[in-house]
Amino acid sequence: MAIEVRIPTILRNYTDGAKAVSAEGATLDELITNLESRHPGIKDRLVDQGGLRRFVNVYLNDEDVRFLGGLGTPVSDGDTVTVLPAVAGG
Amino acid sequence: MLSISQELADKIVAHARADHPDEACGVIAGKNGVPDRFIPMENAERSPTFYRFDSMEQLRVWREMDDRDEEPVVIYHSHTATEAYPSRTDVSYASEPDAHYVLVSTRDDNEVEFRSFRILDGVITEEEVRFLP
Repeated sequence: MAIEVRIPTILRNYTDGAKAVSAEGATLDELITNLESRHPGIKDRLVDQGGLRRFVNVYLNDEDVRFLGGLGTPVSDGDTVTVLPAVAGG
Repeated sequence: MLSISQELADKIVAHARADHPDEACGVIAGKNGVPDRFIPMENAERSPTFYRFDSMEQLRVWREMDDRDEEPVVIYHSHTATEAYPSRTDVSYASEPDAHYVLVSTRDDNEVEFRSFRILDGVITEEEVRFLP
């Protein structure tokens, strides 16, 4: 079993158009590193030096990981991680 | 070109007027590029110069669209003191390549500017808006 990661339209060029891919890891950080090995380039769109990018929302099941433990959030088989770019502007 | 019913356009303007002087924002969901379901969103920033969808509300609405096979056909927000043209921040955070970005300005009490744009890879392209009866 693995963790399903739901990919937004704007990042599907990294996943050959797939809306959902699977990845593995014990924390969100590990999951993203594993995702990068399968879909090179995607990590940079999700994290920067300070952690998760400010205008990318990442959810573990029904929760925003910012309210959990950020990149350190534990994840396990059967979880779903959803990535949604924040809709924002000025 | 964006074709949108007058009724939906009026709802966007009413939302923008109601939230003035803060920016208002929301989505019109639909299928095959046809705007249909009006979804006003909370501006989590509650600001006259910035908007951001509340992250939990966004998850709920995006899931709902997924379940109904809809897309965010229109993403709208208001400018409350400047023209209805995408700001630099609007361009840098634009993340739905298939959406019509609708801007309305409420800077004038009587007249409303209602304009639509595509924002792709940092490039703004204005498009014609056709209001349908």
